[in-house]
This record gives sequence, structure tokens and C-alpha cells, in this order.
Amino acid sequence: MMKELLKVNQLSVGYNSGSAPLHSNINVEVLEGEFICLLGPNGAGKSTLIKTLSGFLQPIHGTVLYGEQDLNTLPESQISKMVSVVLTDRIQIQNLTVFELVALGRTPYTGFFGKLTPDDVQLVHKAIDEVGLKGYTYKTIDKMSDGERQKAMIAKALVQETPFIILDEPTAFLDLPAKLEIMQLLKRLSCEKKRGILLSTHDLEMALQIADKIWLLAQGKELKVGIPEDLILSNDFKTFFEREGVVFDNNSGSFKYHRINSKPVALEGDSVASKWVGRALYRLGYNPVSDSCEYKINVVSNGDNLYSFYENDKLMIECNKIQTLMEKVVETY
Amino acid sequence: MQGEVAKSRKKLAFAGLGVLLLLLLIMNISLGSVYIPFSVIFKWIAGQGTENEIWGNILLKSRFPQTITALLAGAALAVGGLQMQTLFRNPLAGPSILGISSGAGLGVAIVVLSFGIFGGLSTLVASSFGVITISFAAFIGAFGVLFMVLFLARKLKNNAMLLIVGIMVGYASSAIVGLLQFFSAKEDIKSYVVWELGSFNNISWDKHLIFIPLLIIGLIGSLFLIKSLNVLLLGENYASNLGLNIKRSRLGILVVTGLLTATVTAFCGPIAFLGLAVPHLCKGLFKTADHSVLIPAVMVLGASLALFCNVIARLPGFDGALPINAVTSLIGAPIVVSVILKRRNLSQ
Repeated sequence: MMKELLKVNQLSVGYNSGSAPLHSNINVEVLEGEFICLLGPNGAGKSTLIKTLSGFLQPIHGTVLYGEQDLNTLPESQISKMVSVVLTDRIQIQNLTVFELVALGRTPYTGFFGKLTPDDVQLVHKAIDEVGLKGYTYKTIDKMSDGERQKAMIAKALVQETPFIILDEPTAFLDLPAKLEIMQLLKRLSCEKKRGILLSTHDLEMALQIADKIWLLAQGKELKVGIPEDLILSNDFKTFFEREGVVFDNNSGSFKYHRINSKPVALEGDSVASKWVGRALYRLGYNPVSDSCEYKINVVSNGDNLYSFYENDKLMIECNKIQTLMEKVVETY
Repeated sequence: MQGEVAKSRKKLAFAGLGVLLLLLLIMNISLGSVYIPFSVIFKWIAGQGTENEIWGNILLKSRFPQTITALLAGAALAVGGLQMQTLFRNPLAGPSILGISSGAGLGVAIVVLSFGIFGGLSTLVASSFGVITISFAAFIGAFGVLFMVLFLARKLKNNAMLLIVGIMVGYASSAIVGLLQFFSAKEDIKSYVVWELGSFNNISWDKHLIFIPLLIIGLIGSLFLIKSLNVLLLGENYASNLGLNIKRSRLGILVVTGLLTATVTAFCGPIAFLGLAVPHLCKGLFKTADHSVLIPAVMVLGASLALFCNVIARLPGFDGALPINAVTSLIGAPIVVSVILKRRNLSQ
């Protein structure tokens, strides 16, 4: 049985205790080693929930329990040993090295002047190593990329040695490879170090692939919790994210541009190439179908001409570039 | 290892600053409008006294107290500036940002100018009683604003708001000073302007009985804030997540900076520039953001720069002494600009 790290009871969150809460009736828990993604459209209140769970905002109602202890009754010095955070604030400090930044994570444990013990120093080096910044230890953070700086902040959270880590959009500023890298790093840390990790993100497809559990949040809806697959099959993703022109495809677990009047084109062939031809058709406003119809595209895996396009079984073009093929399709149909 | 290189660089920089400070101390005591031979000065420093009574008097009653004033005032303003820059995460912040200097100015203006309005007593300012009254008025004004800022700090959660309040207090004070000047006699305005230009040589030994202890308390107090300041570099949210009690730390920082700035301004006038510039020079010199290095560093460099400016202001040839405020700004501004230009080149 996994240990319960965080338990939230009947929580209402919001910025102003006078006005109506943004979300109420939140009941969730987080287990040891669990990797959770908090998803929701812009303005859903993700940051508000995260700030409340980190202790920056007072709950309007209900309790946030870390282990047995109520977050609200704890002083900062205790909270700092239960939950560590990585926030969206961009850290731009002149002359601060990665080592110094990560070492600040030891603050809850250091003495009056903040001097590091040899053990602290070792922990800091280990954490820098674990997030893959070994060669950067004495580099200053103002000369690093956003992704590297984010890794340094994660190392800071690691040396804080809290059972639970909360990250507010840790991948927001990053390019795609860096996003993947950070997500994999976090996933690995949650598995190996048995930390509970909660992060908010807009990268739905990545979250679906990697999260142990997903929390769905949207304005005016109650928090929905489940594993990614269940949430897709129960159509929760559709109801949370779909709006006009945007369709969530339960098959691929991704969003598609919705075309209202798409014209059907029969697509034959089952290679990788035919899949990309289908993508190209979709992008240009056609609907690739498997039934036969007036227009047909045939894709073969080898030969001089990979792609052929027919109108009523009359060959219109043969070619080996999708671009040429599509130009002909658009011209005739 | 790079960490070791950085460490030896810091040691070297500290050693250099120490030597510089010592040289400037000696220069401050030995240079002045009256020539006193070095041999006499060294004997005097060694405690053997001097046969020439006039020289002895100059050293004891003028140069020595003035040197101490510059030394402590420089260190105090630099520490105040560093703390404000870190607290508000703003490189333009200085010790005067809280409106304390303006408060001191207002206190002085009320005494100097309204005395003039109500009875043409500007001659009073010139008397020694007048000088004490001015310090007292500045003291009341500075601490009045400080307590107001501290009171507001308890109410305001946000540092940026506190910063705006400080600046507004400054504007309001200047406006009142302006009004008072408008209705004052020329001679009174001149006395006020002279105070505003600042000076390190108004502090006699009896005033040092207040000046020295207050600044020493403030400077020692700043050492106790090193950990808080380091964590505050990351901003309030991270700091509080790292276990810092934000309100208590902020109060500590405001009290220390307030005490230092209020004391210096009360006795020396509003010394511009030092508090803003020295932290930048130190950050450039030591290449660190760690306050356990920066706090002692700005103390030494602040003291050195104040002593240097004091020597310049008193160079033989200038009759009497130049206004210290003009000297600090004229010497310091180019230094800061060059540091910033150099830093920009490095980062490209």
C-alpha cells in the first residue's frame, strides 16, 4: 500500500475570501511516487489551486493535509519541509551560479547564516547531477537557456527533500525537445525517488502519454480525477476542452481542426506514407475515407511513382512527392 | 575546479579592498588644507601625541572625526542600498528609496525655513546650537518617515506597493519643502541648500556619541539578515516556500536600512549615489550574488569610496571643502556607467 502524501478535503479555492470561490468541493489525494498532471483551459483556475496547495493562498473552505498535518496551521518553516515548488516566476539574478541557486534549496535545513555543511554540498552536487546539469555547476544562470534554468529549479526542489513537489507550468517557455526532457526527468524522479509530483501544463498530448493520473479543471466544472485512458473513454476530455472548430479525437488522443464541409477522398494503402497523405488531405480540408468514392488516391510502398490520384477511375497524376499530388488534388476537386 | 577559482578571486578582492581602505584612511588623516608632516601623523596615530598644539587640534577635532564619519556613513549607505536592491529586486533601488532622506529633508526644511519665516532667525543656523537643531530636525523627520513605512509594511503584502509608497512620500516631502522655500528668505534657502549638499565634517565628538553606536548597531544587524536576503533573491513566493517568514524578514531589513539611512542623513545630509553605486561595483568585482560575501564587501568598498570622495572634496586648493554630494555623484556616476557598459559587453 502506497503512502498517502496529500489529502484535500472539501476544499474551496479563490483569491478573495469575501467573494464566491473559483472552485469548491475539491476532494483529492496524492500517493507516494505518483505523477499527476493538472490540465485545463486558460483561466480554469489551475494556478489558484496550485497556489492554495503550496500554501501561498489560504483555502476559502476545507483542509489541505500533508500527512497528518493541516497546511494552514503550519508555519513556513514546516511547510518548507513538506512541499517544494517550481513556479512560473522567471529567475533573472546576476552572477548567481547553478550551485548557489540549488544550494538555496537547503535553506530550511541550514543554520542562522545559511552556511552549508559538507553533507549539504554533496546533496547539491548530487541533485545537479541528477537533473543532468553536471557541466553547468559553476555557470551563472543568466547565461543559460530556459530549459537549463528550469532543470536547476527542479534540482533546487530536489535538495529541499520534500515528499511532494508542485510545479506550475514547468514546460511553458520551452521548445518541444526541452519539454519532453523535463517531463521525462520529472517522471523518472517520481518513480525512482518516490516523490509525489503535481504539475500543471497545457501539453495535453504529453500529459496523456506520461501521467499516472490527470486532474481536469475548467471554469464552472468540478475537478475531475482519473487515469488518462478512463478520462478519454468517458469523454471527459471532449467536454472539458472542445469548443467551436476544435475537436478532441478520442482515437489519437489529440486535437484536430474541425472542418465542417470536408470533401471525401478515398485513400488506399496502409504504409506510413499513406498516413501522411491522409494528414495532408485533412489539413487541406478533405476527409480521407476508406470507402470508395468519386476521387481516389493510391499509395504504394515502392516503385517510381508512389502516389497516384484518380477521378472516376481515370488517372489524373502519378508522382513521388505529396506536394505535387496535393497541388493536383486541389486543382481538380 | 571553478568553485576554487571563484573562492581565491574573492580572497584576492577582499585583500585588495582592505589595502585600499587602509591607504584611504591614512590619506584622509594626512591630507588637508594645513600641511602636517607624515612623521608627525604616524607618531600621532601611534598615540605619542604631538608637540604642536595646533596640529594636534586639527587632527583630533577635525580630521579624525571626519574620517570616522565618512568611513561609517559610506559603509552604512552601501549596506542600505544593497538591502533595498535585493528586497525590491530592483537595481535602481537605493537607501533613499523608502523616502527616509526626503523625510529628513522635510524636518530640516521645517526648522530652517519656518524659523526664517516666523522671525528671520537664519543666523541661528550658523551657530553651533543651530547645527545641533538641524541634526535633530533631520533625525525626527527621517525616523518619522521610517516609522510610517514600517507601519505600512505591516499592512501591505506586496513589496512593489511599498516601493511606490516610499517614492510617493518622497514626492510629498519635496513638495512641502518647495512650498516652504517659496515663502522663505534667500538666506534661509541657502542654509537649507547647504545642508542638502551634504557634509562629513559637521560631526563633533559629542555627536559621535550618538552617530557611532547607531551605525554600529545597524551594520551588525545587517549581518543577521544575510540568509534572508539570499533567499529573497528568488522572490517572495520561493522565499516563503523555503521557510522564510516574509513579513518578519522584511521588517528586519526595513529597520536596519532605515536606521542606517536615517542616522547618516540626519548628521551628514542626504548623501546621494553611494548607496546605489557601491552594490553594483561589488557585484561586478566579486561576481557573486551571495550576501555573505556582498554585505562585508559593500561595507569595505562603501567606506573606501566615501573616504576617497572626502579626500577629493578637501584637496588643497579648494578653499574649505566642496559639497560632498557633488563629489560623490561626479566621481561615482562615471564609475557606474563604465561598470554597466563593461558588463553589457561581457554578456554579449
